[in-house]
Amino acid sequence: MTEILQAIGGVPVTSTEKVVEAIDVDKWFGAHQVLKGVSLTVKRGEVVVIVGPSGSGKTTFIRCLNHLEKIRKGRILVNGQLIGYRERNGRLIEDSERNIARQRREIGMVFQRFNLFPHLTALGNIIEAPIQVRGIAKAEAIETARALLGRVGLAEKAESYPAQLSGGQQQRVAIARALAMRPSLMLFDEATSALDPEMIGEVLEVMKELAREGMTMIAVTHEMGFAREVADRVVMMDDGRIIEDTEPEQFFTAPRSERSKAFLARILH
Amino acid sequence: MRFDWGFFEHYLFEPSSVFLHGLWLTLCISVISQSIGTAIGIAGALGTQSRFRIIRAVVAFYTWLMRGTPLLVQIVFIYTGLAAANIFRFEDIDLGFAVIPGNIQAGIVALSLNEGAYMTEIVRAGILSVDHGQTEAAKSLGMTYLRLMRRIILPQAARVIIPPLGNEFNAMLKNTTLVSVIGVPELLLATNMQISATFRVFELLSVVALYYLALTTLWGFAQRAIDRRFGNPAQSLPPRESMADGLRRLLLPRHVR
Repeated sequence: MTEILQAIGGVPVTSTEKVVEAIDVDKWFGAHQVLKGVSLTVKRGEVVVIVGPSGSGKTTFIRCLNHLEKIRKGRILVNGQLIGYRERNGRLIEDSERNIARQRREIGMVFQRFNLFPHLTALGNIIEAPIQVRGIAKAEAIETARALLGRVGLAEKAESYPAQLSGGQQQRVAIARALAMRPSLMLFDEATSALDPEMIGEVLEVMKELAREGMTMIAVTHEMGFAREVADRVVMMDDGRIIEDTEPEQFFTAPRSERSKAFLARILH
Repeated sequence: MRFDWGFFEHYLFEPSSVFLHGLWLTLCISVISQSIGTAIGIAGALGTQSRFRIIRAVVAFYTWLMRGTPLLVQIVFIYTGLAAANIFRFEDIDLGFAVIPGNIQAGIVALSLNEGAYMTEIVRAGILSVDHGQTEAAKSLGMTYLRLMRRIILPQAARVIIPPLGNEFNAMLKNTTLVSVIGVPELLLATNMQISATFRVFELLSVVALYYLALTTLWGFAQRAIDRRFGNPAQSLPPRESMADGLRRLLLPRHVR
């Protein structure tokens, strides 16, 4: 499994050095505040792993990055563009559906439950958005999709439907589907949590390869091996706040906060 | 008066041109009204999902009104009532090759509006049956609402929509008899005209009943074939072909495909 990104013409170019800039983000579900002033900057080519106990807001946070969740306060910029909102007299107003859709093209997302389109083949899943959203010619989209499928080790499964694929295979198709849009940022929302243990490795391999090739990535995961091996930074969230943002070596050997220590003790033993 | 078998057989196997024309009208009105009703149903179902309260309220009022009043009343109201109140009068439309009389237009409008209300509920149930993750995945790929509905959600909802849609069309075939009250010479009115001329009530109503049975039975076969292909929600494997391809294969002769 090498050079996955070659299938889409190399690492997508971004105009800014800071791919993600989240500033003081607040998010509420009803009366419950799930994000409390979260700020995070991710530079081009960086791989950031977000860890933390369940309910800490890590999944909610990355869902805010492509506006699958609305925010109450703060700013989220991806490639220098305000995501999901327009600013008018210092107040945030939700942007038009068309503009939000346009911004989402640049942000790939991989879901815990894969969410492949069951009525389309693996190939159909991958070419759908490039053709419908980017307006790419069908022949070109198919060529790219076949190349991507080959790079993630599923060249023979192009005509299979999701129901005919294993969980690991489905998740690899889902990664290829997101990459086919040539995103400048990839979000992974617990991409291996719904997989049987023997299939986690094949998906992690693809994610590691993408990281090595210079893809800008934010991954919410419980896979500490992945974090240790490829992350540039590990971000620890707890109770809606970022409580630690550091290099993996530091995080795993000498975490600063007591809560990080407790979390690591629980997860590593 | 004894049942006249000879008369019965004659009208059953050698139907008059008035009767055949009535059969043709029944089929046309059913297919057109079901098609328009299904289109209204899709629009209505999307309306129930709208984030604008006013649109949701309009759709709710529409389904409440159409499902809460008798179809027969709706038909007479739309054709005779609106005209009597000088609000709207259905005029004949001349297409050059054919004239569509006002009462047929009114009948189609009434049947379509009524059917649209029921289809709204059916399509809505279909849309809600699709996992929300599908919407999120489509959004994350940059699809707008209408595109993700058309390309991702509705094709999956079709499995849940198609079986009840078949039942709706079965009902529609029979509900067309109601437009006879505004003088549309469909199958029932054509029969009634012959009854007036011959006074053979029992024989002719038996004939028309058999024709309706034949129509609904044939449709039952078609429905089973369609359900097998797309409509079985318990089926875990996806269809081998797209819905459009499948319908084309079912409906069109080989050389047209």
